[in-house]
Formats: sequence, structure tokens, C-alpha cells
Amino acid sequence: MSQQVPVLRLGNALLVSIQVDLQDDDVLALQEELAERIVATGARGVIIDISAVDIVDSFIGRMFSSIAALSRVLDAETVVVGMRPAVAITLVELGLSLDGVRTALDLEKGRAILDRLIADRRTVRDIAQDDDEFVPIDDPAGERHQPDPSRR
Amino acid sequence: MSTSATGVDELPISSGDDVVRVRQLVRTRAQGIRLSLVDQTKLVTAASELARNTLVHGGSGTARIEVVQRAGRSGIRAVFSDEGPGIPDLDLALTAGWTSGGGLGLGLSGAKRLVDEFDIDTEVGRGTSVTVVKWSR
Repeated sequence: MSQQVPVLRLGNALLVSIQVDLQDDDVLALQEELAERIVATGARGVIIDISAVDIVDSFIGRMFSSIAALSRVLDAETVVVGMRPAVAITLVELGLSLDGVRTALDLEKGRAILDRLIADRRTVRDIAQDDDEFVPIDDPAGERHQPDPSRR
Repeated sequence: MSTSATGVDELPISSGDDVVRVRQLVRTRAQGIRLSLVDQTKLVTAASELARNTLVHGGSGTARIEVVQRAGRSGIRAVFSDEGPGIPDLDLALTAGWTSGGGLGLGLSGAKRLVDEFDIDTEVGRGTSVTVVKWSR
């Protein structure tokens, strides 16, 4: 598939805009392609634009949760943007909670959320690297990272 | 797709593309009787869940879609039938979150919440038929 749903670069993120009525196999193929593209491009985020999507059923809803979980494992964040009001009402009534999926009303707000999430991840990483207990792989003895009492 | 003089459409469900076609036909019929956008979306979503059930659990089957009238109101009735294994424990199958495997367990229970009328006829070894109706307001 993948011709069905083009995956575009948007800065350090991937943008997926779903424009056609996808059958389940296309949805699974999209999930796989996204995982590959995150790794290949080193993308830090994924934006899924569903402003043209007129229904979200349990299958595609589960796909959003899977992509969010998958991208997190691959060091990226996911935001679903542009959900139509009627789709939102139906999702809630269907009982679908979209666990772990960040949403935003439009692309611009989604991009802003993504930037914040990516910045938060970076902060966590910096803290880990500043930690005296942290031993990098290239310094297994931890010699360069011994706590220095004179600095305290 | 075959349309009889009485306006009943019958579609086969034997592939993922067929599920998409069912969704599209239900949408067209719902627009035809001027269901609100939210009601259209609910009905099409329910149809999508039930058509997928027909394909995944029933192996294959059919969807019958027709416009119905009652007390001056119009509605869409959709019947999803298969000759699959049937549902041994209907109460369990209708429990939100219960799944026979793979899915989220929202297909039947979710579809039921999205429509005005919901009826299941199932027999182990014979198959399953699910009928839903959504009325215009």
C-alpha cells in the first residue's frame, strides 16, 4: 500500500494525512511503514492528520494507540490531529479511549505539542547524562564519571 | 451489489474492500434520509464494526441495507449475516471489553450503543445475523 497514505517529512517529524477510506490491511501496512520510516529518518515525532476521516472505528482507533506505543519505543512522540466533532462523539459512545494517544485540534497545535514533548524527552535525557551515577557505554569503569567530592 | 425494486441493497462481505464498500453504501443511504451528521457517523461506525465481525468471525457473509418507515419517520436498517460458527455465549460476547481474540472487544457492545435498535440471532454451528436500525429524528 503506502501509495494509499503518503508519509511526508515535516522538520524532525513525519506527517501522515489520511485522505481515503482505509481497509484494515492498509491500516496495518501504514503502521509497519511508519515504524520503518521512524527508524530510517530518525524522526522524533509523528503527526497523524485525520481531518478528512469521517469514521474512526475500534480497529483504526487501536492503530492510533499502537503507533503511539510503537513510536515511543523508537524514541518518538505521536499526536493525532484534526478529529471531526461527529467522530469524537461517536468514539466516546463506542467506548474507545485511545489510550496513550495525544490529540490536538489542528496541525499547528499538534506541531506545538510535539515540540514540547520532544523537548521534555531531551530534558530527561540531559538529566540522566548529568547524573554522577550514570556510566556511559564507552566508559565502563566509570572513571570519568566518579563523583568528585571537591566539586561539592 | 444488487438493488431490488423495494430498495434493498445486498452486498457481499468477503474482503476488507467489501467492508469499505458497506461503510460507503450505509453512508449514502443515511444521507439519503437526511440523518444528522452525528447519527450518520454513529451508524457507519456501527456498520463498520459489524461488517468486520462478519468477515473475521463469520468467515464471510452479506450486508443487507434498506430504508424503513415507521410512524412518519425514516430509518436505515442493516442486517449482517454469516454462516460461521455462531456465538456460544451471547451475554459474554456483548460485554464491553470481552474479546474472542485480537480486538478490543468493542465490536458488538460498541455497535449496540451507536444504534437505536439492535438484535442478534445466532446459533452455534449455523451462523449469526445482527440487525441494527437507526431512525431519523
